[in-house]
This record gives sequence, structure tokens and C-alpha cells, in this order.
Amino acid sequence: MDDVLLKSGGWLLIGLIAVLTIAASADFGFSVHLAIIAAAAFVMLVVTLRNADYGAIATGVPSVVVDHGRYDDDPVRWGVLATLFWGVAGFVAGLYIALQLAFPALNLGLEYTSFGRLRPLHTSAVIFAFGGNALIATSFYVVQRTCRARLAFPSLARFVFWGYQLFIVLAATGYLLGITESREYAEPEWYVDLWLTVVWLSYAAVFIGTIVKRREPHIYVANWFYLSFIITVAMLHVVNNLSIPVSLAGSKSYSLFAGVQDALTQWWYGHNAVGFFLTAGFLAMMYYFVPKQAERPIYSYRLSIIHFWSLIFLYIWAGPHHLHYTALPDWAQTLGMVFSIMLWMPSWGGMINGLMTLNGAWDKVRTDPIIRMMVLALAFYGMSTFEGPMLSIKAVNSLSHYTDWTIGHVHSGALGWNGMITFACVYYLVPRLWSRSRLYSLRMINWHFWLATLGIVLYASSMWVAGIMQGLMWREYGADGYLVYSFSEVVAAMQPYYLIRAAGGLLYLSGFAIMIWNVAQTIRGNLRDEKPLNDATYNPEADRPLPQIARAGVRSIRSGGSPDAAVAAAE
Amino acid sequence: MADEKKRIDQPTGTETVGHEWDGIEELNTPLPRWWLWTLYATIIWAIAYTIFYPAWPMVSKATAGALNWSSRGQLEQQLAAERANRAPILRAIAATPIDQLAAKPELMQAAVEGGRAAFRVNCVQCHGSGAAGSKGYPNLNDDDWLWGGDINAIHYTIEHGVRNPGHGQTRMSQMPAFGRDALLQPAEIDDLTAYVRTISRQRPLDNSAKRGAALFQANCAACHGADAKGNRQFGAPNLTDAIWLYGGDDDSVRKSIHDARFGVMPRWGEKLDPATVKMLAVYVHSLGGGERETLQIAQTGK
Repeated sequence: MDDVLLKSGGWLLIGLIAVLTIAASADFGFSVHLAIIAAAAFVMLVVTLRNADYGAIATGVPSVVVDHGRYDDDPVRWGVLATLFWGVAGFVAGLYIALQLAFPALNLGLEYTSFGRLRPLHTSAVIFAFGGNALIATSFYVVQRTCRARLAFPSLARFVFWGYQLFIVLAATGYLLGITESREYAEPEWYVDLWLTVVWLSYAAVFIGTIVKRREPHIYVANWFYLSFIITVAMLHVVNNLSIPVSLAGSKSYSLFAGVQDALTQWWYGHNAVGFFLTAGFLAMMYYFVPKQAERPIYSYRLSIIHFWSLIFLYIWAGPHHLHYTALPDWAQTLGMVFSIMLWMPSWGGMINGLMTLNGAWDKVRTDPIIRMMVLALAFYGMSTFEGPMLSIKAVNSLSHYTDWTIGHVHSGALGWNGMITFACVYYLVPRLWSRSRLYSLRMINWHFWLATLGIVLYASSMWVAGIMQGLMWREYGADGYLVYSFSEVVAAMQPYYLIRAAGGLLYLSGFAIMIWNVAQTIRGNLRDEKPLNDATYNPEADRPLPQIARAGVRSIRSGGSPDAAVAAAE
Repeated sequence: MADEKKRIDQPTGTETVGHEWDGIEELNTPLPRWWLWTLYATIIWAIAYTIFYPAWPMVSKATAGALNWSSRGQLEQQLAAERANRAPILRAIAATPIDQLAAKPELMQAAVEGGRAAFRVNCVQCHGSGAAGSKGYPNLNDDDWLWGGDINAIHYTIEHGVRNPGHGQTRMSQMPAFGRDALLQPAEIDDLTAYVRTISRQRPLDNSAKRGAALFQANCAACHGADAKGNRQFGAPNLTDAIWLYGGDDDSVRKSIHDARFGVMPRWGEKLDPATVKMLAVYVHSLGGGERETLQIAQTGK
């Protein structure tokens, strides 16, 4: 009883403080955010009161017994749904701003719908909301299974999920309201940053806690990558967002750094957001789901060690290549460039290990649509991690920088690698998480695959052509020593490529819509009547912390023993 | 499961490491040789590059590199080379009076190209990349000039700008705001609008336009001329043609009479060097509407 009282009282207090602070708020955006926080607290208050186990309070016996013979998958299920939900938001926003570039009238003349505000909404929605939820959900799934242990701190894991969603809502609404630190991929203001820090450290506690209580002698490579992602992102986030609020009751803050130091801090962060969020984190997903779906051993243990440590060591220094030919001192530019070049093979190590894991199962590229998606993801991963070091070479960068080539590069990685590997993992997860015999339709994955692939090809190739054209036009000098094109002529020349790019985005979004339908039908328990395709086998009985003693363990718990004692007895 | 269970994987013939997690095993495949050697090669290349270029931060400054290269140095070199390339022709253009450039085709060609480049940087924002102008910004391709279209007049306009505050030589005039300042009654403005649209052949002559004709002679003819064909001395536009700076429809004309317009242009003489201003004038003159010198001298009375 005390527990329910304390919790609901706490939520009420947070809600009331937020409401009262609105009166003291220095700006409109901050008031809106306080209102969102208050609403979240009141929702939690209602949830706490409704879900309280009043039977248990009355009788002293819990009415729901936690089955310690099963993995704790609730946060994973929510995470998969959140991934899909934010994916829709992020992809639609991306398509819309792509169309804005082709048809500026779509800015609608409103500050809230202008490109400048929708663009961070798109980038954050796809990277942090879509990608972030995929990473958190899969990490909770993978770490339990590869450690043969349930999540440490189950309540904290739930806080991580919901706290992260609150972060996303605050960030997204903030962008629309014009609240921004103007730091690319780190736009949220100081109070949202502080909140994310709390959520992220809780995430680290759950993940590391689960590894600590593992029942396997070794830590699987996927967990090294997840761990490096969690730890490094915490460090990057805290350092890059060091800032001083103008007022504790207002949204605006100023960075602790100034000038070129500020720029370098930002791109040290920005580049490693790519390196540790979009590369290390998603490689972790790859390292679990590719061998599971292919039902083959990882190609090379030694390669995974060498490429892990070389990737981790080299990535962190490569940020200055975002500031070639700027006020950044030459020596820092040089180091950023050479570290990027050395990063080529460590990045490819992951691709080799993923692709070669199919040795002995290459036929599955033809017969298993999920494997096909994974192979395409790895191919795009390889392409963009070759293109990245190439673009970091100063001579190449002097042409490519500030052009849409960069946008093409980012999207071949984001759509091809991060998107496709996430889709494949979600397709793997959904039947297992909702206990279905298979997906609603494996053949619809083929549709998704081809629509997405065609979309990426249109997107990347149009932006390559557009970017190189743009760079060449900007620097075109006539024989008499004058620039040949005005800036506006270059903008006008981009129009057809912007249209092709938007068409690519539309195809990619259409593929995703098919996925949403497929997943929704699977969760509802429907099976499409279709010719069967190959899929990895799944044995729900084996998907337990300790399969052979699971039954005994459950019996022991039911009869009043503690779960750990039961497990210990079984071992 | 904790046992080290090494086995030979059938399809590949490779030994496993002996670990297993949730059914995932690992092969003990050696590092691919090409991968390893490429990694070594990039490391060696990286070290070599840092020897030749600025790279390693020391106590007070970084190593300068064996080539003694710097990005600022490279930029200065390139700029100096470009400047040196252009210097002779620019000197010649600067030394030649603007109305005599046409006699020297080589200088003329260089001046048009230089002017085109300067136009792209400084002028397209208002006049458009094709110099076709837009509402409030005149089209420079036609022969309808507000302040004069011969080479000297264009040069003067570019150098001193239009309606620049605090600059005595700027092109200056100010049309009265007949409505806002209550110089005319609303009905009179309607009549005047009707007349202006009649003489530009947009509507038939009616009673309103007839009343407007008298108002025009009393209030507008001083600048726009009794025949309404404009006067370049005041930058007063010709009102009888189909070319409109702010629009020739009913609302736009009424607004022009009611509030007056006050279009401005920077004086480029204070921002650009004399040779560039000269080249800009030559370029604009060359766009198609440039007038011959002799016509203007008579008209502007210079």
C-alpha cells in the first residue's frame, strides 16, 4: 500500500510542480514542454493507480507471478512498436522536406512547417527515434539471450523505454516550436539533454547489470558492440551538450565552447554519433540476427576482435574531416583525414564477418527474404564505409563538401544499412515476440525489399549526380578567371534531381507501409495464404534463460522458492 | 553449454572456437590476408602523410610537415596567381575611358566576361540570374531605361546607386504619395488610375479617364511628361508602354499613385573597385538594350 501511495504521490507532485512552473516560464516553448511533462506525469499517476495490485495489498500474495523461466520481453515488444511508429513519422517528414526542396511553396509560409524546423525533426526521428528504439529493443532482446539471463532491474528497463519516448516527444515538439541548440543531431535544449542523460545512464545500468548476471562464461561480440555504443554515446552526449542555461525557467542555453573549439566538439560528437550509434550499435544487431537467421556460425572470431578494437580506437579521432578547409587548424584536419582512411578496413571487417557468415548458406539469399535484406544492408554498409573514407580525403572533400553528395552518402548508409538491417531484425523478432508460427507473409518482404532497394538507388544516384554537378558548378572558373555560375543557377539546376530523390523517398516509404501492414497482421495472428518461403527455424522451448531446467525452475518458484535459488538448484 | 566444444564446421571445413551463445557459434577463420595487408597499407600511408603535412600537435604548435604546406598558404598562392593573370587586362580596362572600350575588342570581351562574373555575385539577388528583373527590380535586357541606357548613364547608376541616403551624387527622385498624404481625393485617384490604364491601352477611354487626363496634366506631367512617356532625369518611367516595374493592373497602379514607390539600389562604387564597376556597366550595356552614346547626350543634356 505504501508503495502505491508513494509512487502515485510522486507522480502527482511532479505533475503539479510542472504545472506551477508554467507560470514562471520565460518563453512559450518552455511552457509547452512543461505542459507535456505535466501531462506525462498525470498519465503515469492514472496508470499507477489503475495497475496497482490491490489484491496483493489485501492478501499479501501477488496475483501475477513473474515467470522467471522466460525472458523479460515486454520492453522489447514496446520497442519494436515504437520503432515502427517513429519510423513512419521520420520517413514522412523526410519525404516532405525532400518535396520542400523541389517545391518551396510547401513551406506553407509558416514558421512551424519551414524546412529549417522540419529537417531536424526528420533527422532526429529517423536516427534517435526509429534507430534508437530499434537499438534499445534489440539490445534488450540480444543481451538476455546471449547472457542467458533476464534483464537486470526490470522497472528501470521500463523507465528507459518510456523515458526515451518522453525525450523524443520533447525533442520533436521543441524543433517545431523553434527550441534548438543549433547543434546538428544534438538540437534539443539543456533540460531535454539532462533528461536524456538520466535515461541513458539507466539504460547503461540495465544493460551492464544484465551482462554482470550472465550465465555464459564469455561475453558475445554483439554485446561488445552494444556496450561500446552505450558508453561512448553517453560520453559524446554529455560533453557536446555542456551548456549554460540563460534561465532555469527558460529553454535557451549557450554552449560552453566557442568558435572553432565549439565546431570541433560538435563534429567530434556528430561523427561519432554516426560511428557509435549508427555503426557500432547496428553492427551489434547484425552480429546476433545474421547468424540466427542464417543458422550459421560467425565467419571469424579473430576478425571480430581485431575489427572491433580497431574500429573503436580509430573512429573517435575522425570527426575533424567534417571541418576540412575551415578555421580548424591544418594539423587537426590532417589527423581527421588519416584516421578516416585507416578506418576503412576496420569498418569492412564487420561487413566481411556478416557476409561470410553466409558461407555454406548462400542459397538462402535466394530463398529467404530476410537474409536477402540483411545481405543488402551489409552491401550498403560496405559501400558507405568505403565512400566515407574517400570523402574524407581533402582533395575529394573540396569538391564534395556542402554539396548533396554528402546527403547521398548519408542516405546510402541510413536507408541501405540502418534501415534495411532494422527491417530485417524486426521481421525476425515479430513472430517470436508475439508467439506466432511465422510472419503474416514472407512474400510481402520481397515487395518491401524491392521497393526499398529501388528507392535507395534513385535516392543515392540522384544525389551523387546532383552533388558532383553542384560542386563542379560552384568551382567552375572561366578561362578569364571568373566564376561561371551564380549560386541561383546552381540551385535551379538541382530541381530534376530533387524530384528523383523525392520519388526514391516515396518508394522507400511505400515499402515501409507494406511492412507495417505485414507486422500488424502478424500481431493480430493472421497468416497469409501463400506459397511457403524459407525462414529460420524457431523453437520457443529453447528460447528460455535455461531451457532444460526451465520447467523445474518454474515449479520451484510456484511452490514458493526464490527464482535464483531455483536456478541454482537446477544448475 | 559452458564447455569448450570445438568442432569442425561441415560446410566450410573450419574449426569453431568452442563458444556458443543462444545457438550462435564462431569459426576460427584467420584474418583475410588482403584485409590485413590493406589495413597495414592505410596505416603506413597515414604515417607517411603526417610526415609531409602539418599533423602532430606539440607543446606550442603542431609539426609543419616536410612540404611546409598550409591551407592558407595554398589559398594565397592560388589567389595571387589569379590576380596576376588578370592584372594586365584589368589595368588596361581601368586606364581606358568607358566609352572607348568598344573600340578595343579584346578589352571589351574581357570586360563583358568580368562584368558577367561580378553580376552573378552582386546583382542576381535582385535582378535575377538572367537579368530579367522582377517586381520592383527592372529588367536589364530591354531598352526601357529608367535613368538612361547609354554606357555612361549605366555606369553612373551602378557607381552611385539609386536613392542612396546621404550620398549627394546618387540617382534621386521621389514621387509624391498622392493618396497617403491626401494630395488627391480617393475619387481623383480612381480617375488618374483609369487614365494611366487608358494611355497604356488597357481600357477604353471613358469619363473617368477623361477626368484623369486633366489631373495628370496638373499633377504628373512635370515628371512623367505631358505625353506620359517618362523622363530619365527623374527616373520617371514611361507610362504608355506595356512595361511595368510594379505592375500595370488596376490595384498596382492605384497603389503606386496612392503610396508612391521608392526603389533603391546600392552604390557599388563604394563596394567594388573602379575596374569592376566599369565591367559591370559594359556587361549590362551589352545585354541587348544598351543605347548608343549620341542619343543620350542630347536627351540627358550632359
